[in-house]
Amino acid sequence: MCRLALKTASEPFSPYTVLQAMEAMQEGYDGSGLGLLLRGLDFTDYSYKAGDPILSGIAHTEEAFHRLGSFMQDRGFELKYDHEFETDLSKIEAKDRHKYILRVYRRPEAWKSLSEDEVELQMMLTRIALRKDGEEHGGDLTAFSFWPDVAMIKEVGWPLNVGEALGLDSHRIKSRVCMAQGRQNTNWGINLYACHPFFIQGIATMTNGENTAFLPIKDWLSGKGFPGYIGYQSDSEVFAHILHYTVRQLKLPLEAYKHIITPLKTEELKDHPQGDFLLGLRNVCRRLIIDGPNAVIATLPDETCMLVMDAKKLRPATIGGKPGEWAIASEMCGVDAMIPDRDPSLDYQPMREHTIIVPPDRQEFQIWSQFDQFPLPQAA
Amino acid sequence: MVSIRSVPSTPSGLAAGDFPWIIEHREDRCTLCGRCTAVCPVNAIKLTYMRQRMPRLVLSSSERGSSYRTFVGIRQRTEAANRCIGCGTCEKVCPNQAIKPQPNTVSERHRFINTKGGEAWKRGGRKNEPGPSLLDKIIFNRISMLTDPALDAGRHEFSVNTLLGRVLSPEEYLRRKMTGEWIPPVREIFPFIIGSMSFGALSPNMWLGLLQGVAYCNEVLGIPVVMATGEGGCPPWVLKSPFLKYIILQIASGYFGWDEIIRAIPDMQCDPAAIEIKYGQGAKPGDGGLLMWFKVSKLIARLRGVPEGIDLPSPPVHQTLYSIEESVMKMVQSLSMAWDFKVPVYPKISGSNSAKSVLNNLVRNPYASGLLIDGIDGGTGAAYNVSMDAMGHPIASSVRECYLDLCAQGKQNEIPIFAAGGVGKNGNVTQNGLALIMLGASGVHMGKYIMQAAAGCLGSEQNRCNVCNVGICPKGITSQNPKLYRRLDPDLVAERVAETFMAINTEMKKVLAPLGRSQSLPIGMSDAIGIADKAAADQLQIKYVC
Ligand code: SF4
Ligand code: SF4
Repeated sequence: MCRLALKTASEPFSPYTVLQAMEAMQEGYDGSGLGLLLRGLDFTDYSYKAGDPILSGIAHTEEAFHRLGSFMQDRGFELKYDHEFETDLSKIEAKDRHKYILRVYRRPEAWKSLSEDEVELQMMLTRIALRKDGEEHGGDLTAFSFWPDVAMIKEVGWPLNVGEALGLDSHRIKSRVCMAQGRQNTNWGINLYACHPFFIQGIATMTNGENTAFLPIKDWLSGKGFPGYIGYQSDSEVFAHILHYTVRQLKLPLEAYKHIITPLKTEELKDHPQGDFLLGLRNVCRRLIIDGPNAVIATLPDETCMLVMDAKKLRPATIGGKPGEWAIASEMCGVDAMIPDRDPSLDYQPMREHTIIVPPDRQEFQIWSQFDQFPLPQAA
Repeated sequence: MVSIRSVPSTPSGLAAGDFPWIIEHREDRCTLCGRCTAVCPVNAIKLTYMRQRMPRLVLSSSERGSSYRTFVGIRQRTEAANRCIGCGTCEKVCPNQAIKPQPNTVSERHRFINTKGGEAWKRGGRKNEPGPSLLDKIIFNRISMLTDPALDAGRHEFSVNTLLGRVLSPEEYLRRKMTGEWIPPVREIFPFIIGSMSFGALSPNMWLGLLQGVAYCNEVLGIPVVMATGEGGCPPWVLKSPFLKYIILQIASGYFGWDEIIRAIPDMQCDPAAIEIKYGQGAKPGDGGLLMWFKVSKLIARLRGVPEGIDLPSPPVHQTLYSIEESVMKMVQSLSMAWDFKVPVYPKISGSNSAKSVLNNLVRNPYASGLLIDGIDGGTGAAYNVSMDAMGHPIASSVRECYLDLCAQGKQNEIPIFAAGGVGKNGNVTQNGLALIMLGASGVHMGKYIMQAAAGCLGSEQNRCNVCNVGICPKGITSQNPKLYRRLDPDLVAERVAETFMAINTEMKKVLAPLGRSQSLPIGMSDAIGIADKAAADQLQIKYVC
């Protein structure tokens, strides 16, 4: 089973502390891998300029590494910072890891005339092009994310070992948001792309549990013709894409996500203040209804964090912390390990109707119930 | 050898052993009560005198060696018109278990001469193809109980309803919501629908029983079942009743009954569930509806606005059918308009290689609310045997092709595809229905299954009974003769309808729970099904399992 840990704090912290929290939850997982997403980055040896895209991935061979260099150069990206991981490859199970990539680029000159939306599309297309390039060369290049202020690492092995292998314990990278997940998707055969968190245009999710409605959702998203809706090596990738579709394509507020993936029943909507709108929304987004036991943890480009439960609350998840610092984990001991000096009596375990939102100011978390008024006055 | 003249032999002469059903009668049990002969719908058996030789050993040469006794017994008639149809009504009424029909598995020769007067064989019922259907062979094999906590079919809540109606894309929905534009009507219904059977084909008692049962499912059991009328209108009291919301009104090429319907619109208390425009029927593609004169009673004649006792064939196509754009577009639009764009309107076509082109046309028609595809295994009240047995397209691949086509366009949520034709023909109704749903159907229509489950229809794939066309239905299901339909108690039919849907509802949960699905109907969840037939698996793009 997957173990999930998210920490968000106003003061940047080392991801290694989150990996230690994963260790606390070790009983329940097989330690087959690690997926890490960092946001709000702080490098000890580099001062990052907001807006510069950061590429995360792995060059599995030297040849791929050089190809990557020329690929980026040809497209007008100027390398500003190349994070050298203090790697100890002997601690990594896989043997084809030539170099872990974490590179900050300057946007190409040609992008100056583009709108922000177009720039964001270009960044996604660049990531997809790199991924495709790797796939065309026998999988020698893996690109996880290409986005401002986001770094991603995915690797096979016990999380703490992976952290040590990549020198994360030297605390040279810190971040304000860290999502960590401790398992490769063993349901489907190991593939680095299949490991949570999943990322698309600044939006990231990780989930525990199986999404049994995966195939019809995947079919529908694929049919949308949006270039980023690809991959699907894991049934959970659709959670990220649905969130992306909700907030970026439909431009609905974050709360709509819950109404889309786990809509209320018709009888419940009859009594809802915006039942008519939500019933219609449920019908049109019907193919995005998820199924199965899931707790979805998400983060957004503005550092908002979110936790959503499945419609039957078949998976656990807890949030706890204090103003300025919050942790969400699939197990209570994970929260304990991440923020030990909090008042645990204020921890909260959301129920089936709940969405937990930690806004970027991190002063308090909001518990939003699906039965509450939905914040979209003009449509409802 | 005697001369040929003295043997009763004509080209079309048959012996009892040549008929599709052979009566086995046990003289030792028969008390000659005569119930069987009185009840037989086709007069296939008769009481007759027979003579039996009584051999005796005689010593004196002046006496003959044998004597004869004359007795009364039951015999099967050998006239083609009175062939036994295997309905078993005689068996049912016999107090002594002295009589029963047996299928002729050796030499069924009646088929060769069943063209008396140059008339090709007409009958009611279904395609005769015994054995498991393709749908029966599909299994659900994506069991998620190990990777995740299992759902409990008895304890958890399941949302199994489907949508009937045009669903907008999310973007378009939000846009229209903002501007206050028209949002197409959508009904939330149970995915197993009682398919079109006309008031005319069915007896008044059958119709009443079905409607009562449907109302009970909706109002007491909370299972939103809807039923379709078939061609020929709807009784005025139903049109003006609050039950109309459970009814899909069908308009077909004969437009029978639509005068009454249109006139009743101002008095309707609610809108019908939907309007079905029939362009084709799976059991007899290329034929319009046919109500044979036997069944055009006074009531039916009034409903349909025609004289009594005449054959009522509907034309094979709608008179307006010049091109699909014109006919389908215009009809869908005009019928939508008749109910102020508040009722879903969808066409029904027979399964065919060309179903996809109809579908693509509908995708571009903003008023079209779905597509019902009726496969070759569908049933009918009356048709030529050749149409029933040989014309049409199996439903599974037709639905699958259409669904995949919609997926490629990203429109699978917008136009629901409904499937019909052979759902539950061997009794596996939930399994058949869910298999079609996982292949991409939004729901299924079932006719024969409901007749069998709710009213005890005797029809089978062995050409049993199948005389629905001539108004002599031994169960009173498809007859307009009060003597026959009084056999059918509408209350009991209603009870059976309720029981049937309760059972389907439970069975659905028993399938969905192990698959880990409870939040929405698993339309197109083709990763959950498999079949031990490589060619079918390839064609349907599902897993081959063995
Ligand atoms: S089975 Fe039916 S048709 Fe045949 S003899 Fe008996 S009652 Fe008549
Ligand atoms: S029982 Fe009635 S409805 Fe059924 S096959 Fe016979 S005639 Fe038709």
